[in-house]
Amino acid sequence: MAARLPVSWLGAAPAAPRRGPLLSCRRWSGASADTVYDVVVSGGGLVGAAMACALGYDIHFCDKKILLLEAGPKKVLEKLPETYSNRVSSISPGSATLLSSFGAWDHICNMRYRAFRRMQVWDACSEALIMFDKDNLDDMGYIVENDVIMHALTKQLEAVSDRVTVLYRSKAVSYTWPYPFPMADSSPWVHITLGDGSTLQTKLLIGADGHNSGVRQAAGIQNVSWNYDQSAVVATLHLSEATENNVAWQRFLPSGPIALLPLSDTLSSLVWSTSHEHAAELVSMDEEKFVDAINSAFWSDANHTDFIDSAGTMLHYAVAFLKPTKVSARQLPPSVARVDAKSRVLFPLGLGHAAEYVRPRMALIGDAAHRVHPLAGQGVNMGFGDICSLVHHLSTAAFNGKDLGSMSHLTGYETDRQRHNTALLAATDLLKRLYSTRATPLVLLRTWGLQATNAVSPLKEQIMAFASK
Amino acid sequence: MWGGRKLISSGSRFLAVLGSGSRDARPDCPRLTKSAVCSENQLSWTLPIKPWVFSEYKIMWFKSCRMTFACLNRMKSYRYPWTRPYSTSGTTVDSSEVKTFLALAHRWWDEQGVYAPLHSMNDLRVPFIRDNLLKTVANHQPGKPLSGMKILDVGCGGGLLTEPLGRLGASVIGIDPVDENIKTAQRHKSFDPVLDKRIEYRACSLEEIVEETAETFDAVVASEVVEHVIDLETFVQCCFQVLKPSGSLFITTINKTQLSYALGIVFAEQIAGIVPKGTHTWEKFVSPEKLESILESNGLSVQTVAGMLYNPFSGYWHWSENTSLNYAAYAVKSGVQEHQVPAEFVLKEEAEELQATASTNPAVHEELKK
Repeated sequence: MAARLPVSWLGAAPAAPRRGPLLSCRRWSGASADTVYDVVVSGGGLVGAAMACALGYDIHFCDKKILLLEAGPKKVLEKLPETYSNRVSSISPGSATLLSSFGAWDHICNMRYRAFRRMQVWDACSEALIMFDKDNLDDMGYIVENDVIMHALTKQLEAVSDRVTVLYRSKAVSYTWPYPFPMADSSPWVHITLGDGSTLQTKLLIGADGHNSGVRQAAGIQNVSWNYDQSAVVATLHLSEATENNVAWQRFLPSGPIALLPLSDTLSSLVWSTSHEHAAELVSMDEEKFVDAINSAFWSDANHTDFIDSAGTMLHYAVAFLKPTKVSARQLPPSVARVDAKSRVLFPLGLGHAAEYVRPRMALIGDAAHRVHPLAGQGVNMGFGDICSLVHHLSTAAFNGKDLGSMSHLTGYETDRQRHNTALLAATDLLKRLYSTRATPLVLLRTWGLQATNAVSPLKEQIMAFASK
Repeated sequence: MWGGRKLISSGSRFLAVLGSGSRDARPDCPRLTKSAVCSENQLSWTLPIKPWVFSEYKIMWFKSCRMTFACLNRMKSYRYPWTRPYSTSGTTVDSSEVKTFLALAHRWWDEQGVYAPLHSMNDLRVPFIRDNLLKTVANHQPGKPLSGMKILDVGCGGGLLTEPLGRLGASVIGIDPVDENIKTAQRHKSFDPVLDKRIEYRACSLEEIVEETAETFDAVVASEVVEHVIDLETFVQCCFQVLKPSGSLFITTINKTQLSYALGIVFAEQIAGIVPKGTHTWEKFVSPEKLESILESNGLSVQTVAGMLYNPFSGYWHWSENTSLNYAAYAVKSGVQEHQVPAEFVLKEEAEELQATASTNPAVHEELKK
């Protein structure tokens, strides 16, 4: 517990007078002219806006005042643009359930999204592959443009504007935390100063301000993080021919995973993680060369070696012998014809995890708490999972009349989510490392491992269930 | 640590206070003791008595912990000024103690501090009160289910239970005889603009507001209070008077069992050696049976009695069928008038005096002043 006590002081003014005796009451009675919110969400990205929305629609929050702070402008799509955005997210069924719980999913359905029913992951250094699919043809997930999700959330926030205030183009410049021990004369709330100099107070501050979270830094929470030696290149791709296009493809190249996610019958989105130099090259090369590079990344056997191939074939026969009934057949990814002009963008990748998700009157969600490699498509889903858990704990607390900033239920959120998120972070980091090598023993290990996992359906179902939360 | 505490606590003035059994208005001293055990003394205090408890009383270990709290209760009380004996006049307030209190006042609201068990008890008692009250109304406003209800929180202390009830929408009056408690509670709620409107605190005793608030409240809450009340009968009668017809009374308290006697008296006097023989604060503890009979005979029909157990390691409370330590009771004011007191009750006590007390308010005041 002692570790929680140190509090970093930002904002010079309030610290000194609080030390004083009863007289300092006056300062706070003056300051109490500030609006006191029940919850302030700092950061209006996908996760922050969804958090504000989820609270706004919660029945036990009817009587509460919620504020969302967003540094950027209001993003509403007047008309759905013809061209697809190059920033897309893979939305798990669990996240879709959250979005539909407050009506945002309906907007998404009315705009555009693409469901995928299968996922094929395979190795560039061997024949090993794993195929995830659901027998009952349920959707495994959805590929949705971030702009579409944002539009849906903005619409839903407008509908609860009586409970949720949204301040666009405003950013907190400093946070002042209350004393770790409640002092008689000091305000128990978090004080926030905005860029325009105005101040406000909140009983609970939720940091949803991304992996460089200002809230996390102001709270002095340790963050374990490192940058990967990779950048991700994203682009919108046109396929050679129209297909059913309901499979998410991912191939592990020694330089990093390349993924092709369905957008429509003829369009797919590319997420290619590779070395910084190669990524820069990919973004700057001419379009034809870029398309060739993608196709060869999916189709080339250049990284195969005879030894691994025969070892893989051996296990393949062994599995076929033991379990003759069903091993899902390899499918071939569609070939790419061209790339949307100006859709190529690169961004660096990293991993991060906050040592604590909560402090008294403060909680971190989404990338502020954890940053993950995109290879498992879990980034935004982890954030939405955080929201589910935090809203559940806060809603119960509100119905029990509790102080929303109390650690007693915030730690419940932290425990729930750290258990889930650390497992996912560790797994994606391990996969990233395991597949970044050409060393024969490791290639053999992962080849057999992938084949064996593919053959054991209960294990696969476990993985799918975990990833679809 | 032990020695120090002994020295601190062995001042003759304190002993006199302790032994006097005088009106002792601190609703919250059990919390003190429990948390004290948790934070500082858990191992050193609990372990020595554990085997002893097992051999003699064959009880579960956690009960022994709970009882250590009861003993500590008394010992800790020396250290905290707000546990001093109450005097309605307010003139017995020791200014040096007030200073000490002010330094400690924030402890009420320290969730990890000495009152931690009372904070976590809210997880049980707030839903208990809320759900029973919601049964009495047809529909409620989402977000503030208790809106429109008037609740009296007797012995509110720092307002630990008053504020949650206010957040649920009720307008709550919290009363406590200790001025400092009320000041702390007042200051704490003043930071919350919503609660500031819904909650009113007063430093007074229940008897003092009976007349002005007759038949005012939808519910009266007396949480961890009745074990400090000298005249439970009168207390219950006052609760009856301030309740609206078919209003609800919620009580949580500590049972009066052999267990509490064994640990409260034997442990405290012989093993700890701090509490002098003849200190029988334990006797103020109330068994559910006695409470029930007092409630029933005063026109309050008991709906529920449920046991509560505290786990000092997890810091959480649990509902239990076992009422041998802590328990909660819920009673409803019935249509029966107060003067129709059942004969058995009249026989038990001094019949005339009680009849008089029960029938008129002034008489209640008279008795209290005695």
